[in-house]
Amino acid sequence: MEATDLPATLATVWRVESPRIIARLVRLVGDIDTAEELAQDTFVAAIEKWRREGIPNNPAAWLNTTARFLAVDLIRRRDTQRGKYQQVAATIPRTTELDIGQIVDGDLADDLLGLIFMSCHPVLSPDARSALTLKLVCGLNTGDVARAFLVPEPTIAQRIVRAKRTLAAANIRFELPGPTERPARLDAVREVIYLVFNEGYSATSGDRWIRNELCDEALRLGRMLASLTPNDTETLGLLALIEIQASRLVARVGPHGEPVLLMDQDRTRWDRLLIRRGLALNERIDQLRGTAGPYALQAAIAACHARATRAADTDWPRIAALYDGLAQIAPSPVVELNRAVATGRAFGPQAGLGIVRPLFDHPAMRNYHLLPAVAGDLCCSAGDHDEARQHFLRAAALATNGQERATMQQRAVQCAAHHVGSA
Amino acid sequence: MRYMVMHYQTQAMEDGVLPTPEMQAAIGQYMQESAMAGVLLSGEGVAPSSAGARVEVTDGRVRVIDGPYAEAKELIAGFAILEVRSLAEAVEHARKFALLVGAERIDVRRVIEYSDLQ
Repeated sequence: MEATDLPATLATVWRVESPRIIARLVRLVGDIDTAEELAQDTFVAAIEKWRREGIPNNPAAWLNTTARFLAVDLIRRRDTQRGKYQQVAATIPRTTELDIGQIVDGDLADDLLGLIFMSCHPVLSPDARSALTLKLVCGLNTGDVARAFLVPEPTIAQRIVRAKRTLAAANIRFELPGPTERPARLDAVREVIYLVFNEGYSATSGDRWIRNELCDEALRLGRMLASLTPNDTETLGLLALIEIQASRLVARVGPHGEPVLLMDQDRTRWDRLLIRRGLALNERIDQLRGTAGPYALQAAIAACHARATRAADTDWPRIAALYDGLAQIAPSPVVELNRAVATGRAFGPQAGLGIVRPLFDHPAMRNYHLLPAVAGDLCCSAGDHDEARQHFLRAAALATNGQERATMQQRAVQCAAHHVGSA
Repeated sequence: MRYMVMHYQTQAMEDGVLPTPEMQAAIGQYMQESAMAGVLLSGEGVAPSSAGARVEVTDGRVRVIDGPYAEAKELIAGFAILEVRSLAEAVEHARKFALLVGAERIDVRRVIEYSDLQ
């Protein structure tokens, strides 16, 4: 059977091609609205022509050429209106031709990078950046974006319109940030990618299947960015981190939708291809020998877990050392808590408790149930079952999710049994 | 969704005719572009069958047959693993690749994932 469903084929080609078409158009005409109008015209032209003459052998090339033609046409008309080039064009048309040609056929990598920078622009709120990026750079339609974020479609549509208006009001045109500005702008892009990934990764069980699509889109963006900035260790680090985290997507959910902790996962269910990609990225980061930033360090930690075929093989001393590094460059109470876990596993519970205890004075940790949960676990390993029990009861009281509360209560009961047994 | 996109050999490939520099550049550009599109997970090409072997099992008896084989166009020349949203998207990527490298036939097959085995 030959597949020639015009609307379906066009929709697919559009999804695949629109990011690069939009990117090139934005570079040519400067702003997103005009670029989208031209893209729309291209799409309409394709429907009309293909309906009459059938789908061309190379629909992607046809769309790209047509978009290019429409953009050049618009630029010429603009110039004519301004009357600026009118006389010049009459005397030396060849030069004008050449210039436009050169501008039009610039580097695809620059086009895409410019579009990514624009959709992740710091003047936009994080929500606006994610929505605009998913629409323009991933080629999703508004409905797809709304479904993934679990909000009504008009909300996303409005968010995108407002984002474009904000960019226009701030007079932000297509641009590639210079060397001084670039690191901060790349940070903003990475933030969007990690945000989209976590939006999918931290989904609750009911909507997990749909929200995993957000992980896929974040991976796509991460892979794009990594191929566009192949020597940026933080970008490679972010990609390595999410490739490895995504490798556990299937294993981290139990048969009844309950979360399965890293140490308890069936590691044969980890996605080997994603792990290989993540480990290869880590090697590349090592070869580049830059200073390791927060993403590269987190990726190195994730890689330690990925390399361990059995939970018991985990290289805890290395993980503890990496957390020491992370705590220095990106200190936060949550990093500190993870460092306590790793240090406890590597060098014994007392070493871990030494890091945990000061955290109880931290205001941000006051109602964080994982703090007493970790403390309880370390006390339990140290043989201090009475203190462990107090911690687990506190953790149960703070837990917001029924499953976690039950686990903590169960551990408190086990401690009590131990305590009585040893007394 | 993950698809394995396998392209078949042409007689020229089987005969060990090296791709022209232009062709190699075109393939390089394709790989670069599909990496930039964020879809390419992995991919390899293979040498002519004269450099390979085949293991055949009939009624439990194993035979090892060294290449080359007569049916050049029935042999895989290479594969790519793409992460895309649908079969149709994978087909569009395969179409571009076919036109670029001059492959005569490409199979697009979905990779079995864990959820398929449930």
